[in-house]
Amino acid sequence: MRGVPRALLLLAAAGLTLGAAKPRLVPDVSQSRIEIRYQFTGVELLLFGAILYPGGRAPAEQADIVVVVKGPVQPLVVREKQKVAGIWMNVESARFRSAPSFYAVASSRPLPRLVDDRAAAIYELGLRNLQLSPGPGSSPDVQRRFESGLVELMARRGLYVEDPKGVEITEGVLYRAHIRIPAQVPVGNYTAETFLIKDGRVLAGATRDIRIEKLGFERWVAQAANRWALAYGVVAVGLSLLLGWGAATLFRRR
Amino acid sequence: MDIYLPIAGLSVNALVIVLLGGVVGLLTGMIGVGGGFLTTPILIFYGIPPAVAVASATTQITGTSVSGVLAHRRRKGVDYRMGAVIIAGGLFGAGAGGVIFRLLQKTGQIDTVINLLYVLLLGSIGVLMAKESATALDIIRPRGGRAPKPPKRHNPLIASLPMRWRFYASGLYISPLAPLLLGFVGGMLTVLLGVGGGFIMVPAMIYVLGMSAQVVVGTSLLQILFVTAATTLIHATTTKSVDVVLAGLLLLGSVIGAQFGARFAQKAKPELLRMFLAIVILGVALRMAIGLGWRPEEIYTVQLL
Repeated sequence: MRGVPRALLLLAAAGLTLGAAKPRLVPDVSQSRIEIRYQFTGVELLLFGAILYPGGRAPAEQADIVVVVKGPVQPLVVREKQKVAGIWMNVESARFRSAPSFYAVASSRPLPRLVDDRAAAIYELGLRNLQLSPGPGSSPDVQRRFESGLVELMARRGLYVEDPKGVEITEGVLYRAHIRIPAQVPVGNYTAETFLIKDGRVLAGATRDIRIEKLGFERWVAQAANRWALAYGVVAVGLSLLLGWGAATLFRRR
Repeated sequence: MDIYLPIAGLSVNALVIVLLGGVVGLLTGMIGVGGGFLTTPILIFYGIPPAVAVASATTQITGTSVSGVLAHRRRKGVDYRMGAVIIAGGLFGAGAGGVIFRLLQKTGQIDTVINLLYVLLLGSIGVLMAKESATALDIIRPRGGRAPKPPKRHNPLIASLPMRWRFYASGLYISPLAPLLLGFVGGMLTVLLGVGGGFIMVPAMIYVLGMSAQVVVGTSLLQILFVTAATTLIHATTTKSVDVVLAGLLLLGSVIGAQFGARFAQKAKPELLRMFLAIVILGVALRMAIGLGWRPEEIYTVQLL
């Protein structure tokens, strides 16, 4: 997972610039392992933690918290429909090498008021600042168009979320945020990053890993479909033959 | 009751899917069409990824056609020789369809092609069927008032093909190339559209091949059974998009619906049933045509690499 080492790097960088008297974050998540079972309809993740200030006292002016939950990155193609001879069909397309499969950001205040564009781009804060690594060969204008198309589409599916008031801070030291993980997220290793921000600077950062996996019957089916594709197909055909034949004989007897 | 579909990767309301299967099964039992042309689009509207919808609907059709084949076999309504030829063509067609499917997927045109094919096929068949059943119901009169010409039993084009075989049950002495080609087209449609193809095969068997009516539906069902089973295997090994849970839920509804439909069919007027089916088909075609011409809500689509 690329997210983890990068976040660690950020942590180290934050530590270097701040010297000894730096605040520290102690983050946690309600579930570090999310299991997809047959009745999985998504899950509400609670991200919470404490801000430890040196001396144990919160400063008079409150700092802000941003939490980011990111799914595994994936390469993808975005296609754009245009009207051709009265029919809407895919005409142009663009590739992105590293689009997160899930991205949710929550902050205690709207992001533009917390960080400038540069910091937002470095820490990938906000839907406008995702590092999607567009493929070669298209102008920046076209890339931006496809980027916003992708972000809009994923947002509509509930896979990209930005909640500008999603983090609550109590007493200046405790924070918590709810982030909803919808049912259609892919499995894999996710990261939950927390940033402490003041005056446009990231004072501290911390990461927790979350693993989302299929379990039990669901895991078995997904694995079987991939590993034993032919046997899986035979079973599917057998199941349908059995059900069809079963219903026919059952109803004939009556 | 929500259930997570392991291959589609999302959760659906199980009751909705079972009910959808039930309605489609009812149609199958009543009219003898597989109903794939309804299942696949509705699943896609519901948010199931198109590839999974096509593949799983195919699996479902296999199940529904079993009871039909069994019923027709008891009535000796299956021409096995003809069936074997058509199935052979169907298997080749399914293979070719699989190649075309992946090619279209790569270029991103699969959705447009699927929609266009649906509009063209369903539109023309719906119109033909509506006309025919309306004439039978005396809603419209055949033009000119005279009795329609009896259709020619033997198509001259097919009669000119070389290497003739005898198909006793169908009452035909024709070249196997014609049913082979017909099966090829049917198999291709099965892979591309997630349909059994009965709504094309039945008219083609009657009007193009000239098969005797008693064996048409049974033979078409036999072909659907084998070709959809083969297609499920093709999808399982290439696109890996067969969702057993989704197919199972659909089957649960449709095999039971089919049995009730078969009973209902014995009481209802066949012309009325055909009229009803024609209206349903035209509705689906219209919905898809609007979908093609209207500015879509989502201009952008995403495909994983």
